[in-house]
Amino acid sequence: MGDIYRVSGTPVGFPVIMKVPRLGDEQSIEGLLAFETEVMILPTLSGAHFPRFVRAGDVTENPYLVLEWLDGRSVASILESGPIPPPEAVRVGAGIADALQSLHLQDTIHFDLKPDNAIVRPDGRVCLIDFGLAHHARYPDLLAEERRFTAGSTPYVSPEQVLRSRSDPRSDLFALGVVLYEMTTGKLPFGIPASMAGLRDRLWLDPVPPRVWKAGIPPWLQEIILRCLEPMPANRYQSAAHVAFDLRNPSQVMLTARANKSRQSGLFAQAGRWWRAQSVSPVMHRLPRALIKRAPVILAAVDTTHPDDERHPALRGVIAQLLTLSAEFRLICVSIIRGGPGVESISDSKGMVSAQVDHMVRLRHWVEPLQLPAQRLSLHVLEAANPADALVNFARQNHVDLIVVGAPGPEQEALAWWRSVASGVTANAHCSVHVVRVPEAARATR
Amino acid sequence: MIIALLSDIHANIGALEACLAHARAQGAERFVFLGDFVGYGADPQSVVELVEHYCAQGAVAVKGNHDEAVEKNASYMNRPAQAAIDWARGTLNAPQQRFLAALPLLVRDNDMCFVHASADFPQRWNYVDSASAARKSTDAAQTTYSFCGHMHEQQLYFQTADRKMVPFRPIPGTWIPVRRHRRWLAIVGSVGQPSGGSTSAAYTIFDRDREQITFFRVPYDHLWAAARIREAGLPESLAYRFEAGA
Repeated sequence: MGDIYRVSGTPVGFPVIMKVPRLGDEQSIEGLLAFETEVMILPTLSGAHFPRFVRAGDVTENPYLVLEWLDGRSVASILESGPIPPPEAVRVGAGIADALQSLHLQDTIHFDLKPDNAIVRPDGRVCLIDFGLAHHARYPDLLAEERRFTAGSTPYVSPEQVLRSRSDPRSDLFALGVVLYEMTTGKLPFGIPASMAGLRDRLWLDPVPPRVWKAGIPPWLQEIILRCLEPMPANRYQSAAHVAFDLRNPSQVMLTARANKSRQSGLFAQAGRWWRAQSVSPVMHRLPRALIKRAPVILAAVDTTHPDDERHPALRGVIAQLLTLSAEFRLICVSIIRGGPGVESISDSKGMVSAQVDHMVRLRHWVEPLQLPAQRLSLHVLEAANPADALVNFARQNHVDLIVVGAPGPEQEALAWWRSVASGVTANAHCSVHVVRVPEAARATR
Repeated sequence: MIIALLSDIHANIGALEACLAHARAQGAERFVFLGDFVGYGADPQSVVELVEHYCAQGAVAVKGNHDEAVEKNASYMNRPAQAAIDWARGTLNAPQQRFLAALPLLVRDNDMCFVHASADFPQRWNYVDSASAARKSTDAAQTTYSFCGHMHEQQLYFQTADRKMVPFRPIPGTWIPVRRHRRWLAIVGSVGQPSGGSTSAAYTIFDRDREQITFFRVPYDHLWAAARIREAGLPESLAYRFEAGA
């Protein structure tokens, strides 16, 4: 829909390209609208997952867009020689999920995620490009009412996009499912439909399970892919952060019937899905960020080294309260044990493993009273010399929305506040921190 | 040129002062008042006085249906609204009443059109409450940008390639690009009689050079405004509306 030029000799300090929409041909209205949309949205995006905006010309008089040129390879070019091994697909998929989470938190939905639009940078980070079909909830959607406008790239569009919905960030998670499917199997789950009827198939048709094509795909990965490809958004992951987390923590993926599915549903099941699909109408969402925040990731820092500490019931009480606010949360319980560089090993390697297991048992015991379903919960014992740093890094990597940590306990009370774990976490976390203190009246007399 | 657009002030002086102060802090250089200076509220006199003061310094003001009701009875109004009009008529002095009566129904300024209700027969006070009503109004206005009030909820309509108008509910405080190759119609919100479950006053800023528009909500002492209505002996339902933001 346009031409792209490399531009040199600019004073911006990084390489740039210029995009110019092609005028005069029959696609020019679509091209201009996409151009106008990208020029409106790109300058508002920030973060490491999007090209930097430099300058744009007037839409009617002199349409051009100058933006950062991104070094790296598109997923499309990576897939040119066929499917890639599952570990690599998982790394790229998690990178795309990181980028989508950042995008959705900026109230923007991409709506055209496909291998051509995801660039894998040399450092492994994934950047998204081409925001011509994107939707920013704070701006008028110039494309929503354009009847002739196509919904996206046919192999990747979500069922609700086919029904002309343009407000659900989970549409991007469907496209991510298609990309994961393509990366691992080399095939497209719904082919390349050429007609509207063909496009509507994805409202009810379930794809051939990826493991049928490639037996080497682990069941947990098939679980993630098929969950992304659920026709109803409510049955998919509720945020890209949850997809990224599962891709990076295979042992924590809750396996369902999807994981070991070995063929498409039978004729009657398909017919039932087809029948139900006839009455589906998409729901309007106001702000993507609000939708994602209904599915928060909460990290509880549990000190399993002092299992009898009076802070534990208080911490658990706060967690229980927080979880009642949302049905779609994910709770990550983390225990930090001493270890890592600079700390003398407690014992030999075998001893350390048993310490890990011991603390995992304590963590499981700690969380048991909350009676959470397995898919809402994950447990981690990390070894680190500096617990605060370890918690902060782990929270950042896993898109945690809220860290809940105990105030300094009796062990730390003699120390200055700034030396406590709670203070280190509060000072350096990327997200909110809830510091739980045992009320004075409730403290046991010492 | 940064233009502040204020409509449906409805004799609420506290809300008007709060919005004007907010607009000046945003760098507003020009002020446009889109009608309904009186009605519902208890302070028609101070509101008209302030608006007259701004008009003397170059501000634009157009007439609303409540302003018209001061000069000729509006049979369509409900009893509390009528009581507030009677109160305004008794409170405003003769020059102030003449100021309201002399206001124009519609003002065009280059690529902008200012009107209280629909620009299509402004004297009929038709609500711009649908995409088709927005299209009628923009077609009649014949300008790139149309600004109106009458509807109390903030709304932005934009024109598509096939000349339809499409509604967008703005999020307060967000700068929205409004490029001049399309037509736009903004319902700027009500200063003195805000709605949408919020008690804060509503108005809009248009930055004509940057082609950007922002809809604002400004908190003010709405409980004082309600107390003024009770002091004036106006119907209780009018005071309650301030408190509920209905």
